[in-house]
Amino acid sequence: MSSHAEKPAPLGGPLVTPLTVTLAGLAGIAAVILLIRFIFGIGSVTNVNDGYSWGIWVVYDVMAGSAFACGGYAIALLVYIFNKGEYHPLVRPALLGSLFGYTLAGASVIFDLGRYWNTWHIFFPPWAQVNSVMFEVAVCITLYIGVMWIEFSPAFLERLGRSDLKKKLSNWMFVFIGLGVLLPSMHQSSLGSLLIVFGTQINPLWQTLMLPLIFLMTAITVGYAVVILESCLSASGFKRPFEADLIGRLSRVMWWFLVVYLALRAVDLAWRGAWGEAFQPNVMALGFWIEMTGFILPVILLATPAARRRPDRLLISAVALIVGTLMLRLNGFLIGYQTGAGWHYFPSLPELLVTIGIIAAQILGYIVLVRWLPILPKVEPVKIAR
Amino acid sequence: MEITDLRALREASEVQALEKRLGISRRDFLGLCAALATTMGLPAGAEAAIIKAVAAKQRPSVIWLHFQECTGCTESLLRAEHPTLEKLILDIISLDYHETLFAAAGHQAEAARKTAMKQHKGKYVLVVEGAIPTKDGGIYCKVGGQTAVNMLKECAKDAAAVIAIGSCASWGGMPSTGPNPTGSSSVAEVLGKTVVTIPGCPPNPYNFLATVVHFLTFGKLPEVDQLGRPKFAYSRLIHENCERRPHFDAGRFALEFGDPGHRAGWCLYKLGCKGPETYANCPTIGFGDAGENNWPVGCGHPCIGCTEKGVGFTKPIHALAELKSVTPPVGFPGVHESKGKSFDFTSAAALAAIAGAAAAGTAKLAQNLGKGTPVETSSHKDSGASS
Amino acid sequence: MSTTRRQFLQGAVASGAALSLGTAPAVQARPNLTLPPKAVGLLYDSTLCIGCKACVSACKESNNLPPEFSTAENLWDTPQDLSGRTKNIIKAYKDGNATQKDREIDGHAFIKHSCLHCVDPSCVSACPVSAMKKDPVTGIVTYNEKDCIGCRYCVVACPFGIPRFEYDKAFPKIVKCELCNHLKPGDKFKYSACAQVCPTGATLYGPVDQLLQEAKRRVALKPGSVTRVERGRVGSGDIYEAKLTAQYLPRVYGDRELGGTQVLKISAVPMEKLGMPELPERSFASVSETLQHDLYGWLALPAVVLGGLVIAAKRTARPDEEDEA
Repeated sequence: MSSHAEKPAPLGGPLVTPLTVTLAGLAGIAAVILLIRFIFGIGSVTNVNDGYSWGIWVVYDVMAGSAFACGGYAIALLVYIFNKGEYHPLVRPALLGSLFGYTLAGASVIFDLGRYWNTWHIFFPPWAQVNSVMFEVAVCITLYIGVMWIEFSPAFLERLGRSDLKKKLSNWMFVFIGLGVLLPSMHQSSLGSLLIVFGTQINPLWQTLMLPLIFLMTAITVGYAVVILESCLSASGFKRPFEADLIGRLSRVMWWFLVVYLALRAVDLAWRGAWGEAFQPNVMALGFWIEMTGFILPVILLATPAARRRPDRLLISAVALIVGTLMLRLNGFLIGYQTGAGWHYFPSLPELLVTIGIIAAQILGYIVLVRWLPILPKVEPVKIAR
Repeated sequence: MEITDLRALREASEVQALEKRLGISRRDFLGLCAALATTMGLPAGAEAAIIKAVAAKQRPSVIWLHFQECTGCTESLLRAEHPTLEKLILDIISLDYHETLFAAAGHQAEAARKTAMKQHKGKYVLVVEGAIPTKDGGIYCKVGGQTAVNMLKECAKDAAAVIAIGSCASWGGMPSTGPNPTGSSSVAEVLGKTVVTIPGCPPNPYNFLATVVHFLTFGKLPEVDQLGRPKFAYSRLIHENCERRPHFDAGRFALEFGDPGHRAGWCLYKLGCKGPETYANCPTIGFGDAGENNWPVGCGHPCIGCTEKGVGFTKPIHALAELKSVTPPVGFPGVHESKGKSFDFTSAAALAAIAGAAAAGTAKLAQNLGKGTPVETSSHKDSGASS
Repeated sequence: MSTTRRQFLQGAVASGAALSLGTAPAVQARPNLTLPPKAVGLLYDSTLCIGCKACVSACKESNNLPPEFSTAENLWDTPQDLSGRTKNIIKAYKDGNATQKDREIDGHAFIKHSCLHCVDPSCVSACPVSAMKKDPVTGIVTYNEKDCIGCRYCVVACPFGIPRFEYDKAFPKIVKCELCNHLKPGDKFKYSACAQVCPTGATLYGPVDQLLQEAKRRVALKPGSVTRVERGRVGSGDIYEAKLTAQYLPRVYGDRELGGTQVLKISAVPMEKLGMPELPERSFASVSETLQHDLYGWLALPAVVLGGLVIAAKRTARPDEEDEA
């Protein structure tokens, strides 16, 4: 099915550009703020409080951040499990995005953990508490980060010229690929299950036993969206041609996923009689509609095969999906969450700057690695050893 | 009331005459009148009226009756430590009948009462100290062969005002405590009408004095509550003005006499203090003119509720008070306190900037992608593979 | 080959979905936990409470908690809410002119906020490292900072908003009422300090079944009646006669909420006005754990799915990798 015409190759080019310097600066600011946080406590730089103990460091950096990092997972699902080999050129760039997303999501957990020096307790008896959704999430994410580094290691090994090791590894790669699909399926759904125990503190728009499926499906669709966005950005940023064929086909998969998702969501809301909440004059209903717009817009924009080949529509759809997915997580964990009247939360500037710094570090890492490692498919026609 | 300037008053002839008559300095006199005005909660300028009224020589005739009592009210009044207060009392008013203070005795005394009543008919003030026994025809208290009930009714008939001083006269007090063998009753009950009551065991002399001076100055008795108590003195719970109240609000209680909390001056509620259900101004004016905190609670004993019918002499001294409905103070945490920052302008601005930049970037990029960017098509790919 | 794989995957996805719907009978739903044999707790009677905060003060003393200032002069310990420095607080409900106690309109009422020691606690279910535990005998929900990672899942999960966190410390911990579980013989306080110092018996400590009995007895009383009220703990013998002025609402909060709590509350003003949420009888912990274990079937399902995935990956990945190599 696949031609595998383009072997990945380092992109090359300058590492020090205005963009990378700016990104490094933002990451640096975040590092300084984090230093203050570790000396004076979480409250010294964030606005989190006992009514909203999980702020954007958890909800964006971990919940949404890891979902945005699902490109690798979503593509691997297509390529390896559904045997759609034509998407193979997307695997490495998507995997790199995922690797950074997840590694930084994992790291930012440490920033938010109050007693981070005990983190290892999660993985060992007698501490490990298997009834806790958090336990499952933590274990799966940690394992997945490890799996992803192994999946990605061929790129390093190529760079280091250790093809012998690479060969040995590739014999067993299928195991890691299997794990690399299973683990995100488990924890992306469990990120939704985290909300179940909150019970009636969550608005009925989001409190449902379907949460695991809702979170899993949105993680997969946003995974495709991120791949599309990355494609658009590298087309624009690295002056590479836009892979319209591939992306167009990918967006078709995504479109069907979205249709199924929206149907599920609508039926679930109707089943539980929660639609009324969507028409209340409050911020929760507003959040809900922003979220839903993010999922409905791509369905409209990408309805025809011709539309799915238009890069501008693909880009807007991808951004809309990212916004929708972000809003779903913000809605579930913050906007739709109420532990009692009187509580307020809005992220502080330093809190935001840390999140921005983490995103900046992610983008910076991506730029550096695609210039340095064989990740993006080579554009120029090259001889391929077949 | 035409002279309101205190300086002018100081030089007024009446006040100068008073200086001689009472043997106190004008300064002390003016101070006392101002203090009385304050006790009554009168507005600034009222002291001038009081000074004028007190300095005037027309002293109202006062008939003071004693029934079932211990004379504590009178004693308390006499022991007030203000300079020559008792002199002032006796000089402001014309005390025409008072069994404790009278030099006269027997029929001579009774004759003086009758004379005064006749002379000042409709103008004299009747003060009653002590409860009135009503059982068995009122035979349990007689003065000069006359029962208390008769005597009270006789004297009250032509009185301009009736003041019941002390808890006994006010509602029966100690003598009326169950089983009340003599059928002790209050002045109001016997007369069948509301009278001004100055309850307390003993009452604060200033509350009585201020009431009399109010009558003297304005020709009428002060405003009273439903139990006949002057509002200036009895409108607030002891609990509200108690100096130990902060300890109550903070949950610091003496648990037994002499314990560390008691020594530290903590709240006496748990020792049975009736401050939370007793209306009186004890904590604000104190007793005996000995300075701040000189009142039962200030000395470390729980209030027994002596000014409150149904509390004093009725409830056991160390039984827990029933907390009268007092709106919780403003500082009391509400069920839903507003907590956390709802809006941060700088971060909201930053967020808006990010969202704006992202939207603009997306739009720009979409535009660029829409026209200029080379699009890799199948043909391109094929050509790449074939070459 | 491809068809069978697809069928397998479809089957796996479908069964996962079915399980998440809770329709699959394969795994038994986890029911609510039940009250431990010697469960102890508190009975809080809002109508007896006079808002003196003696319990707040004693709690601080017993738990060695620092004062918390909310007034300008920083003079008095005046916490406004539960926090990293306050495990127990009395709050006031006020309406209108707030003159009459225990009246909903134009009245006021007090409410004690502290851990309710749920029979089936969300915090214990949420905690990934067993730092929150429910004592199997006394039912007290305890917290051990040595185990805790500070993820604050318990803070967010608790429907009563009880666990609090020290946001202002570099080495913070969770703070919540543990019913003075730490007391040893010889300590100043013999049992829950809040109950021991309560002057009116508004907070009473004792076995939950007896507290529930007493609560039900009280809510059946009519206003104006005189009743014997025990102070401190059940069986203390420190009894006084209280005259009831308010009409109790016929509800014992904590009897059914989330499968019951070991701290019971009764009042004359509706509980939701006093900041106590309306909650279903099925505990959130049991819903969450049922779903989680249904989904994963104690790792049986993931193992099967992984097998399928690995087989699929082996068939598709090998040519790719060889191709690349």
